[in-house]
Amino acid sequence: MGTKELKKPAGGNNFTKLFKNQIFIPLAALLLLALFNLIADPGFFKITLGYNNLGNPVLSGFLVTILDSGSEVAILAIGMTLVTAATGGQDISVGAAVAIAGSVLLRVLCGHNTRPETLQAPIIVGFLVCCVVAMLFGAFNGVLVAYFKIQPMVATLILYTAGRSIAAWINNNELPIVNEPSFGYFGGFIPGIPIPTPFFIAIICMVVIGLVLKFTNLRLYTQAVGINENSSRLNGLNPQIIKVLSFVILGLCVAVVGLIKTSRVSSINYSVIAKDIEMDAILAVALGGNALGGGKFNMTASIIGAYVIQFLTQTLFKFNVKSTALPAYKAVVVIVLVVISAPVVREWFTATMKKLKTKEAA
Amino acid sequence: MKKKLVSMVLSLAMVAAVVTGCGNSGSAPASTDTAATTDTAATTDTAATTDTAATTDTAADTAADTSADAASGELIKVGIINNDPNESGYRTANDKDLKATFTEENGYDASFAYSNENDEQIAAAQKFIQDGVDYLLLSAAGTAGWDSTLQDAQAAGVRVILFDRVIDASEDLYEGSIVSDMDKEGQTAVDWLKSQGLSEYNIIHLQGVMGSAAQVGRSGALTDTAEAEGWNIVTQQTADWNAETAQQIVQSVIDSGTSFNVIYAENDDMARGAVAALDSANISHGVDGDVIIMGFDCNQWALQELLDGNWNYDGQCNPFQSSYINDIITKLQNGETLSEKTIIMDEKGFDATTITADDVANYGI
Repeated sequence: MGTKELKKPAGGNNFTKLFKNQIFIPLAALLLLALFNLIADPGFFKITLGYNNLGNPVLSGFLVTILDSGSEVAILAIGMTLVTAATGGQDISVGAAVAIAGSVLLRVLCGHNTRPETLQAPIIVGFLVCCVVAMLFGAFNGVLVAYFKIQPMVATLILYTAGRSIAAWINNNELPIVNEPSFGYFGGFIPGIPIPTPFFIAIICMVVIGLVLKFTNLRLYTQAVGINENSSRLNGLNPQIIKVLSFVILGLCVAVVGLIKTSRVSSINYSVIAKDIEMDAILAVALGGNALGGGKFNMTASIIGAYVIQFLTQTLFKFNVKSTALPAYKAVVVIVLVVISAPVVREWFTATMKKLKTKEAA
Repeated sequence: MKKKLVSMVLSLAMVAAVVTGCGNSGSAPASTDTAATTDTAATTDTAATTDTAATTDTAADTAADTSADAASGELIKVGIINNDPNESGYRTANDKDLKATFTEENGYDASFAYSNENDEQIAAAQKFIQDGVDYLLLSAAGTAGWDSTLQDAQAAGVRVILFDRVIDASEDLYEGSIVSDMDKEGQTAVDWLKSQGLSEYNIIHLQGVMGSAAQVGRSGALTDTAEAEGWNIVTQQTADWNAETAQQIVQSVIDSGTSFNVIYAENDDMARGAVAALDSANISHGVDGDVIIMGFDCNQWALQELLDGNWNYDGQCNPFQSSYINDIITKLQNGETLSEKTIIMDEKGFDATTITADDVANYGI
């Protein structure tokens, strides 16, 4: 794409320029959905300030719910984008890994008692342990992919299959329930702050990854490995390390999501927690217009893609689409979005635009 | 040479991966009962050896069989094929119940096999049959494909008892089946709701995974009654048994400003998610609350919510089939015949105003 931009005459069509920007597609999808809701029912955008059962102020409304519920996928999309870019494959074990992370967290917080009156360990300790475990599992996936050269989807299939059993085993297949109100803050609201905490956590993750990408060579190295592993090695990079690192970063994202998910209901259900979330995370990366074969990536586009998915889900809930038909509707919209954002289609569109323009000029 | 090495390492890794995979599913039940797992392993081993030995020497096999019988002192040999205990709280309770009943003290020599896959279950059944069990207890993962295996069992004189799940096979092939009637569970719950005599019914209906027996039964009862009674279903949506999805659905109803006074969740998890959404919007629920909360499955924590008055109703899906199975086996051992093939278990519905702490302890799973 870089070379094409060079060829383009200076001061080209503004629309073409915008269209060429990767971020255009998820933004356009977001606008389209917003427009649709605006026409159908402007009440969609109403935000009200109310109080929850503890008497704390909370904002509510569809938009707040989207920011709230979409945050988990947005956080996972960060890690998934890096994995996709570095390895040219996807990690399908994140849902199972979230189950493991959540299980570890609750195990540390509750100890042997499944329903403790007080927490057995500070939440921060539990979270750190859960981070370490999730990063270890990430590293396990990464080593399989980087050193044993197993297809990422096949390598992560192992954890995908076994993960939920491991999660259940960590807690002896019991369902711990945390009674401590402060544990609920991470998936709900911090007293006095009316914006849902998961959104803040997502913002923190975005800022951190933004700073890392800006001040380190992570972006350059990841893209170099993703575009051509051999030439990056000849240039002195260690592709294996970069690949493992991308999986470890995804592991960290998984731990954060594990915290939010378990906090939402102060408990865990091993078989359904974060079910199919890997598909949403991969979809977010695809919606962001990132090539699923690796190489260049745009983190912002992926994150917006994640919120687009939640926007779509919430819209479907709002219009009370029949449960049996829900996946079909979602699939249709997703197919359209993914096809439009595919690099091939966009190149074709750009070429057509150019042709039209030269015709007009002639 | 290097290529060869890489492929060797790769295949080794694959083998290791497979072993890890199996190891994990295998180790899961171990956490609940180590002794039983060793049991399973032992049976599988014997079965495997019989597999190869039996073809050449049947006499030795029979001899081994009788000597085993004599050694164990008239124990009844049962092979139990169940779904993975990690599948759900229901299954965990079910497995615990079976393990507590089919013990040596109660005169049983029980072996367990677990799988959520039909073909693996069939393979396990064939091993049990070759192993010469007296009874085969089966909770089938899938309804189809059992005919030939059950015919083999009949030919070998193994008596089959189904529990929890029904299968598509002739009734002659098994002695009896002990099942939950999901339609009745739903009907009990809906009758309870009707008895509340609300001035109007605006119901949020949270469904389980579409097409599952529990969903079909529990949804059917509500849909039919709502139509007959003129109840208003505000929203009817599947949350796939998932608490967070349920939370999102209820949140979206709250966001849209539609009023409702009943949440009919087809399992406890979804009810829990719904309640989380209500709490964040400061909508009161439970006894004396604005919204009636209904759940299913009777998890212990859910019954505790009832006892605390946060929820209103919880319907039981009874996982304790072992006493029924025990009755059947005792009858058959005494040469009696069963009056009916299909036994439907008693299933209760708990009301928050009448539930006691004993109920929570006794019926919670």
